[in-house]
Amino acid sequence: MEDSDSVAVARVKAGDGDAYRALVDRHSRGVFRLAYRMTGNEHDAEDIVQETFLRAYKQLHRYESRASFGTWLYRIAANCSLDLARSRVRHPQVELLENPSGDPGPDRLLAGEEVRRKLAETLDELSGQERAAFVLRHFEGQPIEEIASSLGVSSAAAKHSIFRAVQKLRRALEPLVT
Amino acid sequence: MMNHPTEEQFVLYYYGEATGIASHIESCDTCRASYQALQRVLNSVDSFPVPERSADYEERVWTSVEQRWERRVRRPWWTGAAPWLAAAAMLVMVVSAFFAGRVWRQAAPAQVADRGVRERVLMVAVGDHLERSQAVLAELANTGAPSGKLDISYERQAAEDLLESNRLYRQTASASGDVATESLLDDLEPVLLEIAHSPPQVSAGELRSLRSQIEDRGILFKVKVFGTRVAQTNSL
Repeated sequence: MEDSDSVAVARVKAGDGDAYRALVDRHSRGVFRLAYRMTGNEHDAEDIVQETFLRAYKQLHRYESRASFGTWLYRIAANCSLDLARSRVRHPQVELLENPSGDPGPDRLLAGEEVRRKLAETLDELSGQERAAFVLRHFEGQPIEEIASSLGVSSAAAKHSIFRAVQKLRRALEPLVT
Repeated sequence: MMNHPTEEQFVLYYYGEATGIASHIESCDTCRASYQALQRVLNSVDSFPVPERSADYEERVWTSVEQRWERRVRRPWWTGAAPWLAAAAMLVMVVSAFFAGRVWRQAAPAQVADRGVRERVLMVAVGDHLERSQAVLAELANTGAPSGKLDISYERQAAEDLLESNRLYRQTASASGDVATESLLDDLEPVLLEIAHSPPQVSAGELRSLRSQIEDRGILFKVKVFGTRVAQTNSL
């Protein structure tokens, strides 16, 4: 994947705009997942996906292949999400989804639903930086150094954002999962 | 026996960024219970559902991205000229319309219509100007900290061009009594000036300073909100 990304990036830089489509095809679902976890809102996540690919195209001359294209793209997506969060007055947006999987008993289903509701609520109450740092660490598996660089903060600040996010999640979810 | 690990060490351990506490967790009942509680919480986070996308999702994203590109490319002819030239042309049009309205005094409804046309002409031009300004500000606000120097000569040049047109649009807004537009452009001007006067290559510290200028004034947000409102008005 990384090799083929590099080839596509080189082709785009050489003026082949169609090669960018291959990058959109490979990464749009991943960027959507990240954006959704950052915002908790489907429509916002869709907007962020588009904005991410537009910004990435414009900034492609700055991309150096030291980091994988995917990591670089996710960094842009995380910043787009932060921009959106900053541009809005905070208001809770809890979007609950149907759980289509399996047929657990009604009690377990109810408990699972409660955990997801509380989780969505708590994620929504995190600051933009806490949520971004936590999502990048927990869901995307990015190391703290990389998260710090993505968010333009020190490693210590990134680490503290993750700790604060975990503490808040722990306070909210521990009573429900023990 | 070593001291009990801190909660932060547990978190780092969970994410594979700390070693050396595994044997303690194995042997200490209190810490094992505490770590297991953390594990249950963080494992439950994985249940956060992400909506599935349809099979043609990639196709839809590509189409939307392409359409937005085209919208940015297909601009009126006068916006393709140097931005200050377009702004100057707009100033002439709006001021001419203003005086024409005064010379040929007509019935009140006609004067209202004249003013409507002037405002609309100004809004179209300002909408494009704000879109360009937003692109420059967002580029700088979202670029990661460079390890060495970062080349911002493109943004610098763009800000220089935008600065000229910004002044002209501000004067135009003032002449036509559009206080909201005048005030926004007034806020935007010092930020554009700062970018235009930055060195073409900036260090991480200089970039931070530019970013804090943008963030402290909340100008990117103001430009986005105002730009969206203008785009909505123009599409009516």
